[in-house]
Amino acid sequence: MLDVLQIAGRNLSRYRRRTLLTLLLIVIGMVAVLLFIAVTGSFKAMMVGQITDSVLGHLEVHRKGYVASIDTLPLNLNMQPGAVARVGEALEQIDAVETWSPRVKFGAMFSNFTETTSIRVNGVDPGREAATVPLLPGRMIEGARDGALVGKGEIVIPVLLARGMKVAVGDTVVVVATNRDGSVNGKTFVIRSITEGISGPGGRDGYIHIDDARDLLRMKEAEVSEIAIRLSDPAQLERVTGVLRQALAGGSNPEAKPVLEVHTWAELSPFASLAKMIDLMTVFIKVVLVSIVLVSVMNVMVMAVYERIREIGTIAAIGTPPSRILSLFLGEGLLLGVIGTALGTAVSLAVIYALNVWPVHFAFGQQQDLVLAPEIGALQVAGIALMVVGVALLASLQPAWKAARLDPIDALRHV
Amino acid sequence: MSLVIASDLTKIYRAGDIEVPAIKGADFVIEPASFVAFVGPSGSGKSTLLNMIGCLDHPSSGTLTVLDTDIAKLDRRAAAEFRGKYIGFIFQDFNLVPVLTAYENIEYPLRMVQQWPAAKRREQVMRLLTAVGMEAQADKRPDQMSGGQKQRVAVARALVSNARMVLADEPTANLDHDTAYRIIELMRRMRDEFGTTFIFSTHDPKIMAEAEVTFTLEDGRVLSRNNQQEVAHA
Ligand SMILES: Nc1ncnc2c1ncn2[C@@H]1O[C@H](COP(=O)(O)OP(=O)(O)OP(=O)(O)O)[C@@H](O)[C@H]1O
Ligand SMILES: [Mg+2]
Repeated sequence: MLDVLQIAGRNLSRYRRRTLLTLLLIVIGMVAVLLFIAVTGSFKAMMVGQITDSVLGHLEVHRKGYVASIDTLPLNLNMQPGAVARVGEALEQIDAVETWSPRVKFGAMFSNFTETTSIRVNGVDPGREAATVPLLPGRMIEGARDGALVGKGEIVIPVLLARGMKVAVGDTVVVVATNRDGSVNGKTFVIRSITEGISGPGGRDGYIHIDDARDLLRMKEAEVSEIAIRLSDPAQLERVTGVLRQALAGGSNPEAKPVLEVHTWAELSPFASLAKMIDLMTVFIKVVLVSIVLVSVMNVMVMAVYERIREIGTIAAIGTPPSRILSLFLGEGLLLGVIGTALGTAVSLAVIYALNVWPVHFAFGQQQDLVLAPEIGALQVAGIALMVVGVALLASLQPAWKAARLDPIDALRHV
Repeated sequence: MSLVIASDLTKIYRAGDIEVPAIKGADFVIEPASFVAFVGPSGSGKSTLLNMIGCLDHPSSGTLTVLDTDIAKLDRRAAAEFRGKYIGFIFQDFNLVPVLTAYENIEYPLRMVQQWPAAKRREQVMRLLTAVGMEAQADKRPDQMSGGQKQRVAVARALVSNARMVLADEPTANLDHDTAYRIIELMRRMRDEFGTTFIFSTHDPKIMAEAEVTFTLEDGRVLSRNNQQEVAHA
C-alpha cells in the first residue's frame, strides 16, 4: 500500500503544474464552502439569537386565531386569566422551560402634543420580560440601561419613532388607545429609554408596564395577549413544542375555554425562511464543490492514464496484477484528494481565524455595525473533508479501471 | 524437457472482415538455457511469435507449451501471474518506469509483482545491479541515463525475479552498433551466470550472428533452424 502511494506521489510531482492547478481548484472549492458555512452559520446564529433573545422568545402561546390576525393586534382575542393560569401550570411541568413572560399587546396613537402617529405597544412585566428576552435591555441606545426594563408611568420607544417624532429621553408623551368596547382612553408617559430597531416582527415595538397597559385599556380582568417562553436549551425546541401542544390540547374543553395555540419562533418570524434559504444555498454550494472536485480530478486522471499507456503496458507485461494497476491510479486520485483537503482545511481555518481576529462589521436592515464571528464545527469540517476525498477517489475510479483493463500488447504498441 | 514447444502454431489477426494470418503453422522447440534469435524481414511475424511465447497473446490454433503449461488455457489474470513468475521482458524502447531510479526499476517486480521481503529484495537488486555493471548509477532516473545504460537496467529487471526465460523483441534496435553488441554480450553472460533462456528478435545480421540458435521467419513461417555451434563445430 505504501509502495503504491509512493509511486502515485512521484507521478503527481512529475506533472507538477497540473497537479498544483488541480490542488488549487480543490483548495478554492473547499475554502469557499467552509467559509460560506462558517459565515452564514454565524450570521444565522446571530440573527436567530437576536430574534429569540430580544423579541420573540423561543416559543409563544396565543389564543387560537390571534396569530392569524396579529397585524391588527386584536384585543378580543386575548387570553383570559383562566387560560393564562392553565398555560402557567403546563409550563411548570416542563423542565426545559427556563421562564416565561405575559404580554398585553395593542395598537395605539402616540402623541408629543404637536404631532401624532401610530405605535405598537407591549405591556410587559419588566422582570419577567427581561428574563425571557435577555438581550432586550442591551438594545437600549439612549436612556437607562440598567434597573427595571420599564417602570410604571414610563415608556420605551423605538429609535425610528423617537427620531420621527423628535422626542428624547425624559420627554412626556401621550398614548391613546381604543379598548375592546370601542371607547378611547389616554395616558401620559415619560420616555425612559430608546431601543435600536431590529428586523423582524416586534423589532419596532414600544414597551410599557403591563399594569399601565391594562389600565389604559380598562381591562376588568388580567388578560394576556401572548405568552413568550424561554427555554434553557434551544435544542429542545421541537420536543417542548410537542409536549406543550399536547398539554394545552389535552385538558381543554372547547365549549368552556378558548383553545390555545403554540408557535415556535420560526413560525412567527420571516427570518426562518431566510434561514432555510441559507441552508438551501449551502447544499447548492456543496454540489458545486463536488462537481469541481469530480471534474478536475477526473480530468487529471484521464490525462494521466492516457499519457502513460505504454508505461501501463510495460508494468502489465511484466506481470503486475490488474488490481495493483487499479490501486496505483486510485492512489493518485486519493493523494490528490487528501492533499487538497488538507490544504483546503488549513487555508479555510486560517481565514476563519483571521476573520475573528480582524472582525468584519456589517449592517442588516435597521441594524448597524453587526460583528461577524464566523465559526465552524469540527464535525462540519470532517464531513466536507471526507466528501472531497471520497469524490476524488470516485473521480479516479473510471480512469483507473480503464488502466487496469488495458491489454498489454495494445498498450505497448501505443504511440 | 523442452522449455517451449510449438506445434502447428498459427495466429490470425482479424480486423472486421479482413483476416491477416501472421503465423502460419509454426513448429519449433526451444531448450532451457539456450540463446535464441528469431530473425526475418519486417512483417514476417517475429513480434507476434514472441508475444505468444511471452503469454501476452493467445494462439489462433495449434498448441504452444511453455514450461509444461498450455498457454492457450491461461486467462488474463493467470497469464499475468505466469509472466510475473517465469518470464522476463526486455523492450526495444527500454520502457523503464520514468519516476523510479535504476535501483527502484530493478526492484519493481519484487515489490509490485512478487512482494519479496525487504532484506531479500535489497540483496537481489544489488546482485543484479552489479551483474549488469550499473551499481554506480543506482540512483539515476531513466532520463539521466544513456540508452545502453537503460537497457542494462532493463536486463537486470527482466532477471531479478529469477525468470526462467527472458524475451526481448528487438532489444538493440534503438542502440548504436557498439552498444548493441555489448548488450547482447551482457545477455549472453547473464545466460551463462543464471542459466536463463534468452529469446530475442532482430534483423541486424551482426547481432543475429551472436545467437547460438537462430530461427528464420518469412511471411509467418519458420523456414529454418540454424544451430550455429553445430555449424561452427562442423
Ligand atoms: N494487431 C494486429 N492486427 C492486424 N494485423 C497485425 C497486428 N499485429 C501484427 N499484424 C500483422 O501481422 C504480421 C506480422 O507482424 P509482426 O509485428 O509480428 O512482424 P515483425 O516481424 O515483428 O515485424 P517488424 O520487424 O516490423 O517488427 C504483419 O503482416 C502485421 O501487419
Ligand atoms: Mg516486431
